[in-house]
Formats: sequence, structure tokens, C-alpha cells
Amino acid sequence: MTNISDLSLVELKEKMTNKELSSREITETYIQRIEQHKDLNAYVMTDFDRALDAADAADKNYAAGNAGLLEGIPLAIKDLFCTKDLRTTAGSKILDNFVPPYESTVTSNLKKDGAVFLGKTNMDEFAMGSTNRTSAYGHVISPWKANGSSEDLTPGGSSGGSSAAVAARLCVGATGTDTGGSIRQPAALTGTVGMKPTYGLCSRFGVVAFASSLDQAGPMTRTVKDTALMLESMAGHDPKDSTSAKVEIPHYAGLMTGDVKGLRVGIPKEYSIDGLPAEISALWSKGAEWLKARGAEIIEVSLPHTKYALPTYYVLNPAESSSNLARYDGVRYGHRVESDDLNEMYAKTRGEGFGNEVIRRILVGTYVLSAGYYDAYYTKAQKVRRLIVNDFDAVFKDVDVLLTPTSPSTAFPLNQDETDPVKIYLNDVFTVTVNLAGLPGISVPAGLAEDGLPLGLQLIANRFDEARLFNAALALERDAKFTAKPEGF
Amino acid sequence: MSYIIEGRTGNWEMVIGLEIHAQVISNSKLFSGSPTDFGADPNSQVSFVDAAMPGMLPVLNKKCVEQAVKTGLGLNAQINLYSAFDRKNYFYADLPQGYQISQLYHPIVGNGKIEIDLEDGTTKFIGIERIHLEQDAGKSVHDQHPTKTYVDLNRSGIALMEIVSDPDLRSADEVAAYIRKIRTILRYLGTCDGNMDEGSMRCDVNVSVRRPGEEFGTRCEIKNVNSVRFASQAIAYEAARQVEILEDGGTIKQETRLFDANKMETRSMRSKEEAHDYRYFPDPDLPPLILEQSYVDAIKANMPELPDEKKARFIKDYGLKAYDASVLVADQARAHYFEEVAKNCKDPKLATTWVSVELFGALNKSGKTIEDSPVSSDYLVELIALIEDNTISGRIAKDVFAEMIESGKKPGDIVEEKGLKQITDSSSLDPIIDQILSDNTDKVEEYKSGKDKLFGFFVGQVMKQTGGKANPKMVNDRLKEKLQ
Repeated sequence: MTNISDLSLVELKEKMTNKELSSREITETYIQRIEQHKDLNAYVMTDFDRALDAADAADKNYAAGNAGLLEGIPLAIKDLFCTKDLRTTAGSKILDNFVPPYESTVTSNLKKDGAVFLGKTNMDEFAMGSTNRTSAYGHVISPWKANGSSEDLTPGGSSGGSSAAVAARLCVGATGTDTGGSIRQPAALTGTVGMKPTYGLCSRFGVVAFASSLDQAGPMTRTVKDTALMLESMAGHDPKDSTSAKVEIPHYAGLMTGDVKGLRVGIPKEYSIDGLPAEISALWSKGAEWLKARGAEIIEVSLPHTKYALPTYYVLNPAESSSNLARYDGVRYGHRVESDDLNEMYAKTRGEGFGNEVIRRILVGTYVLSAGYYDAYYTKAQKVRRLIVNDFDAVFKDVDVLLTPTSPSTAFPLNQDETDPVKIYLNDVFTVTVNLAGLPGISVPAGLAEDGLPLGLQLIANRFDEARLFNAALALERDAKFTAKPEGF
Repeated sequence: MSYIIEGRTGNWEMVIGLEIHAQVISNSKLFSGSPTDFGADPNSQVSFVDAAMPGMLPVLNKKCVEQAVKTGLGLNAQINLYSAFDRKNYFYADLPQGYQISQLYHPIVGNGKIEIDLEDGTTKFIGIERIHLEQDAGKSVHDQHPTKTYVDLNRSGIALMEIVSDPDLRSADEVAAYIRKIRTILRYLGTCDGNMDEGSMRCDVNVSVRRPGEEFGTRCEIKNVNSVRFASQAIAYEAARQVEILEDGGTIKQETRLFDANKMETRSMRSKEEAHDYRYFPDPDLPPLILEQSYVDAIKANMPELPDEKKARFIKDYGLKAYDASVLVADQARAHYFEEVAKNCKDPKLATTWVSVELFGALNKSGKTIEDSPVSSDYLVELIALIEDNTISGRIAKDVFAEMIESGKKPGDIVEEKGLKQITDSSSLDPIIDQILSDNTDKVEEYKSGKDKLFGFFVGQVMKQTGGKANPKMVNDRLKEKLQ
């Protein structure tokens, strides 16, 4: 029999429904694995007692024949989601002692559907990063190793704890959040599926805010279907979030056939950037060929403002974060450095509580919003954002989905001496446009590079066209036949 | 009305604009469901949103939007069907989010104007530049501990309307009239209770001076002006300060100044260089607020009668003088009381006197409000009816009224009990007059020989004998006849 930890969410559900497995057995298996692989540092906090209680409750529901959509499925929750009575740090020292008295809407939805929470996953501080090196709780180590190397690699970021946990079979699925690629890039780097929904599909209520106009929660699992099931549970209108969309969430998994006959697939030429490794280009072409072989129409398209996406993103994102993070002042909760003077208390609290990347973004954000610079940076960036949105709107008149690489490279070593933030920001080159335009995007593991590390392909659809996106992703998944797993897991 | 400051080197004129922060009457806060009651225990009305807990998001309170639209309509202003919320960023211990949600770029209400009534009977239009919705901050309490400051977040997130005037005001009196007028309108609309002492209406005053007719001078903003009287005092002080600087050859520095009500002076709080850079930008948590014209029309259709309309009606229907009418309508309850009396009296002038002079005088003396007037409007109508049908004289009526104030009794009962009914038949009056004339034959002679002034003596005697109950007109008529 296949290892419990290698079963997909769909398979586990089936086995629990057929009473071949209990949620307790599954949960205990995962707990054991988490204990065994603590060195990956994927979790910042585990919650095994409550997980087992939830598993027992799930087993009762299966016995009673009223199992929810995710009944008894052990999940990991990115530490950006507030979880009632369970410490939530956002990867930051400034929230080291913060235990929310409330639950985020997304995690409430998952709980309502019967999910079992194993714990909270590590992440870049306040989700600012794509390497997981900015966490105040130490970096996460990817379960993957390059061929013939023992060097520790990045699991990507910011949802790196989640991607590592999914890849290392330390959970069936995990929540992530994606502001500029923070779900899709780590998914690509760890050979997992990661999906960022349309802006507004998942409620942001109770998710520690990073850049509000870009943040979206999404699922990370090992198969496209599992991802669709998780999203179905996570998504839905929430009156507590004014930007939440009033749309019905369909049973995506039931709509997925993998049939892409007649699907118009756009290949944006601007994504063929200089210096893109040949093997990534080749995989991208292969992806297009797979879809074509299934009857899809491949069309070269142009998104002319793509080259402005990164600078635009790195103006708007810090602007919003600088304001969103103002509340961490040591007055009401979180870390505080006492002082006789209020301003000194702020400075010391924030200076000590925030890491360098967070401080950098606050400085940049404060600068671009300041008098005399606002129009040159913030207003200009908003205008360019509009042009990028227009690019996509125009293209989606001619195509149904877009196919691109997810990341410009495979996972790189954690100790890589890269200190130039601009170079690090380049990791987001294929993903930020999707956030700027509020579109849904999914990364599907598509193959291994020469170094033996996973590569992902990204599909992008029009707003609220998740069903079509999942269907195309399923087709890609079937042809990619990605079965590789990190050695020893 | 022109108001000139006479300086050593010539005349100066002050130019004033006001920002009034009016707390919106609503059961819950602008972006959260917390209650807004005044005087609750500290930090007892604070939701996770108000305390800016991580991951909390604002959700706009529809009631506050309706109140702002109503206020805009009440100030004859343009309602902007598209408005949006912006973040005003600054750090302070009583500002949990580290920003205040406001409307800088697209306020919900645009240009409007109101008419203010001045004491000399003239009126003047004052432009409204805009009204925007914004969150209030919490309260820092500095006097509870020798070294610590306490923070009360009950007020944090309560909806305010910032009503910004054009720089149309030219004197402290105009400012006072403007504040009172705004307050009256808001109270009529039920959108703000206007209680300045509870802080539900506060103002910042922008003052500059110039030579009459010249360009605007550099202005200073005075904060912490929390009563009409303080506004007048702060302006007078500030204008004089600026004139003195200018006359000494100095220049005015643009700055924010604080009014110290104890010392009755303004002092520098921060200079333009030290001014906060609020880094305003559109709040990404809140989509733009789009209103339908039909929504605005529905609110418009249900507007109460406003003070200016009421004033015009009082002038027309009850013959009030313009200024009297404006004073009367300034208080909705008083205006209502007056109207209850006036519409039930034959002579509205009598109603005006009895309400505005006698009743209000008595209330002011006893420090009572119209709401706890011991004399109901029905009883006052009855009293006036007794005068009008000659049951009692106006003079007796004052005694009856005094008794009513004292005991709250019905005027008819008082007249009955005390036998104050007016003597209006000659058969009762004639014997009394005859007796007086025969007791004073010497005076009768003097009168007849031309000492006309003695007529008053005879009237007085008759009134004395009748305890004031004689009908004055009849006394005059009978006396004249008998003294011929």
C-alpha cells in the first residue's frame, strides 16, 4: 500500500469515506513526520492536541455520514492567518507574543468544512520575501537537494514553510498568501501546486495585512484537484472584507475534465526575458505543445507593459505596507521596548521588532508617499498599474488562459550571498503582474531541471475564471506527469 | 457688516475660515459595529477593528453615509455620487491604526453655502468648501498618573464630518454666528448633537489679516477651540497678534497654534517645517463609495424643515421680525413651542411676547430648558386666550403667569381660585368710580381746570380699589365720561 503521506487529499477523503483510514491515523502519521523533520523548520508552531481532537471529531462525522468537504484532512496554516487562541507571528518578532482572540475567515471556512490544523507554517517576515530568509524564526529548508549536493536550498517565499511542508509530506495541503508570487513561486520551487485566486475571492479578514490591494490567500497542495477542493472551502463572500467579491463558488473539482479542446492559450512574448535559462524556455514550449496536442490553440500575445511591472509593484507594495505596518507600535499588543518618551518607544519597539527587509519596505513606502514624491512615484505607479490591467483585459478578449514560467530559476542555496534586494526581487518577475491585475494564477509542477530540482509552469486566467484555470491546469498536470519527490520524504 | 481692526499704521481686516468636526449621530462607529455612547467606561466600546488588531478590516457604516448626505443637503451643498476614502498616516498612541481613514481627494460633499444672521439684522452667505467623513482618534488622558498617559479608545473610529468653510468670515461675531448656525442646522437634521462641551463638535480656526481689499495674508491654524466663546476669544487674540507683528515690520509664519483657554492666548504648536507629512493615499481596504442619485433624492424627500425655511415661515405667518425669528428658530424645541402657541392664538404678536419675552425670560432665570418648562404650550395658549377674551388684563396675566411658573397650575384655575376675573361691566365699575370721585373732589376740580395729568391718578385709584382687575379700557372710558 502507498504511504499515507503520499496520498492526495482526494484519495484520503475517499479512504476515510470508505472507512479504510481514519482521520486520527492520518493525523498521527503527519504529526510523526513533522516531529521527524523538525530540521526543515517548516512549522513555527504546532498544535497537535487540538489537531487530534479535530481528527476524532472528523471520524465521528464520517461515521455519522455527514462529512464536510475537507473532513479530517490535516492542513498547515501559514502564520499570516490569525488563528484563535493560537499564536500568530507573521514571521516577525514584533508579534512574538501575539495570540489572536479571533479567527480569520479563510481558516474559519476550512474548519467549518472539517479540516484538521496541524500548526502554523514559517514564512518571510510579514510575507516580505521570496526566499524565506527574512523570517524572525529562522529560514525554512527545502526538502529538495540539487543532484549530488547536500547544500540547503530555499523553499521559495514568502509561503516557504507551507511549500516545504507540502513537498516534504508534513501536511496534505497548506494555506498560503500571495502578494507578488508568494504562493506560486514557492510551489514552483518545491514541485507542488500553488494557486492565487482572483483578488476578492478569498476574504482578507483576519489575514495580517501586507499590501492590501495585492494580498490574496490561496491553497497549496500536491495535485491540481486537491488545490481546487481547498479553494472551494477557503473562498466565498465575506461582509467583513469590503473588497470581498460577491460571487458564488462552484464545486471546481466537479467541473474539471482536463478537456482543453478549443481552449485559446496565450503565450506572452514579453515573458521571454533576457537571461531566462534555456531549460526553462524549453519546458515552457513543451507545456504549450502538451496543450496543443490536446486540441488547444496556441496564440502568441503581447502584454506590452510587462517590463514596468516590477518597478510598479515595488512602489505600490511598500507604500501600502508602510501604512499597514504602522499599527505595530508596541502600544496595544506585540513586542514593546519601554521608554519614557513615546517617540523613542516607537523607534525602539519597531527597530527591534522588525527585520531588515521589513524596515527597508517601510522606508521605501514612506518615501514614495511623502510630500513632493507622491505624484512621481505612487501616482505614476497607479497609472502604470492601470496600463498593466488594460494589457490583460485586451489579451483576454483573444485568449482564455496564458501560459508562462512561474520562476526564472530553480531553488537556490539558502546561504547564497545575495544581498542586492533588486536581484532578489527579480524572482517575482513572472508573478507580480497577476497580482497587479487581480487575476487568478496557478503554478503546476512541470518537470525537473538538469540540477534535479523542480520547475513550474504558470497558467493565468481572467478574473473569476478559476474553473477554466483549474481545467487547463489539470490538463497540464496530466501531461507533465510530475511524480518526483524529494529524496528521503 | 464690516469689522475693522484699527492698527497704528492703518486699518486691517481679518479673514477666517473654519473646519468644524461634527460627530455623526449613529449607533455604531464609521467602520465597526462598536457603540458610540458618550460617557461609557474607558475602553468599553472598542472592537478588534477599533483597536487595529492584525488582520482587521474596515466596513463602512451606511448610517454614517446617510447622515453625511443629509448634512450636505442641509448645507445646500453638492452631493458627490463618487467619493473615496484615504489614509492619513501619523503616529500617536491614541491612533491605533497609525492612520486615520478620511476623505482627502474625493469628499462625499462638495460646495455649499449657508446664510448666517448677524445681530444688526443683516445676513451673509458663507461658502462651504466641502464635507468629508473621517474617523475620530481615541483619547489620551494625561492627568491620571504622574508619569503615564492613559489611552481610551472608546472614541476611536467614531464617525466625524469635517465641515470646511470658505475663508468668508470677517469677524469674531461672524464666526460665532456661523458656528451657531451650523450647530442649529445639524441639530435640526439630527446628524450631530452639537454639544461642544462633550466634544461632539470641535473646531479648528484659520486666521489671517490683510489690508482691506488686498490679497489674503499668511494664515495660522488654531486648534483646540471648543466653544463659541473660545472661538471669538481665540480669533480676537490671534488677529491682534498678527497685526502687531505686521505693524512691527515682521512677517507671519504659517503654523499651527494651540488656544489656551486659561491664558486666553494662542501659542505655537508646530511650524510649517515641523508639520506632519500625512502621506495620504487611497485606502486599499475600501472600494470607492458610489451613490445612486435616487438614494440622494430619497433622503432629500425626507428632509425636515430647516431653520431658514422655518424663519421665513415665521416671518410670513406670525409677523416676526427677521432677527427675532432667527433667534427663535436657532433652537428647534423653542421654535416648536412657539409655533404650538402661535398657531392657536388669534394674535401671533401676543404669542411672540409671551413666548420670547415672558417664558424664555423665566426659563433663563431659573436655568431651565424648554423641555422642562413648567408651563406647557397648551396652558400658555389658554392664558393668552384669557387675555384675548378680556377675562383678565395683561397685567393680571403676568401675575397668573408667575403663579403658573411656580405651581404649574392651569391659568383658568388660578384666575378662578384667586378671583382675578376682570371687571368688564359698568354696573360693577361705576359705583367704585363714583366713590373715588366723591372722595377726591379737590382733584376732580384741579383736573377740570386743566391739570390733565391727574387722569392717571384716577386710573391708579380705580386699579388699586379693584386689585388690578378692572378692564383698563373700560376704566378709561368710564372715567373720561364721568369727568367731563
